[in-house]
Amino acid sequence: MPDIATYAAPRSLEQAVELLRSGAVTILAGGTDLMVQAQAGKAKFNPTLMNIRRIPELSGIVESGGVVRIGALTTVTDLLDSALIRQRFSALWQACDQFASDQIRNAATIGGNICNASPAGDTLVPLLVLDARVVLAGKPNGSVTRRTLPLAEFLLGPGRTARKPTELLEAVEIPVPPAGFVSAFFKFGTRPALDVAVIAISLGAVRNGRTLTGVRVGFGAVAPTPIRAPATEAILEGCTLDDATIAAAAAAAASEVHPISDVRASDWYRRELIGNMLRRMLDHVGNG
Amino acid sequence: MSATVEIAFTLNGVATQIQVPATLSTLEMLRVRLGLTGTKYGCGEGECGACTIRVDGLTLNSCLMFAADCDGRDVTTIEGLAATPTGEALKEAFTANGAVQCGFCTPGLVMQASHLLERHGHGHGHPGPEEIKRGIEGNLCRCTGYSKVIEAIAAVDVSAK
Repeated sequence: MPDIATYAAPRSLEQAVELLRSGAVTILAGGTDLMVQAQAGKAKFNPTLMNIRRIPELSGIVESGGVVRIGALTTVTDLLDSALIRQRFSALWQACDQFASDQIRNAATIGGNICNASPAGDTLVPLLVLDARVVLAGKPNGSVTRRTLPLAEFLLGPGRTARKPTELLEAVEIPVPPAGFVSAFFKFGTRPALDVAVIAISLGAVRNGRTLTGVRVGFGAVAPTPIRAPATEAILEGCTLDDATIAAAAAAAASEVHPISDVRASDWYRRELIGNMLRRMLDHVGNG
Repeated sequence: MSATVEIAFTLNGVATQIQVPATLSTLEMLRVRLGLTGTKYGCGEGECGACTIRVDGLTLNSCLMFAADCDGRDVTTIEGLAATPTGEALKEAFTANGAVQCGFCTPGLVMQASHLLERHGHGHGHPGPEEIKRGIEGNLCRCTGYSKVIEAIAAVDVSAK
């Protein structure tokens, strides 16, 4: 286990960002990734370990001014229990429903899932499709300042984000989607529980009969970060979901991704899954 | 040397104070420092559920929880649950249904079952077989004894609690 010089458990965001000014802090939230990485010697620990779980203002789900704000410490169980998330953001709710196990859902936080930046992170694909933004807080010159980044710009690669060492991910914000918006999530793994996604797909659009507009398609576990699929989105935009459109979208999706082969699946298998499972999801949306 | 943290929390109903290294897991604290060996070390990475405990009512993998994070919280282990009516009812049901083979996964399964029954107990009635399967998906049994475990949990009389 790594050596830690100082342990801190601040009680407010202000105290937390003050501690972060040194830039040499490892942040602990749910611990479900950090402990495994620490035990395996994979996490590089900074001299200070800062537990942010005692900061009440980092929890909670609030809707105001056309935006739903989810505090970084909100657990996957909190999201599953939220009627607001279930009704407004089905894709995110479904991803939470397929997330690990009850024990892990009770501990794991949405901020941790984002900052861990796994290419297969379950909540990341729906968050991309929901046009989520992250709020980062810091205290560079004696007062707390914030910046907001689209999630797509925050995720840089496996385990890498645009968070500066002096910043804390405070919340994720999702714009309330327009009327008629539907969204869905699909994850393929070898068993339903506790599996890392072989591929994940999320879909969001305003549905009018069998026609989709404002189409957003996201894929997980097929690139260094979860990605949007612009070519697939362009094929679906404004079109009626007939067999020809669905086939063209599935083909575009399969050629748009460039996955790797690893212990979970080959690149060929992942591309096949992306095309075939997107077709299944579109059939379902078209008939829904 | 790693920093140590002085923590105070409720353990099985008893106020407890202890000094722990900042990176120690709750599982190690329970087993090695506090001698509560009912909570088992299976995989050490949250896959098997043998180390399941309850913290502020919710079940967690104690192998993934930093001991320092127990500060101020209400922790229940299998030793604490055993002394409650729910624990007693689960013990009887697991015994009567032959839901134990080697027994290593049993404390974790019983902790998770207690959570499942209580979550359902609040006006939702008894969990059905599908809900039980879903509820224990984070607990592995390598003797492949799931059917009897599911039957045991289904047999617990929630109204008797």
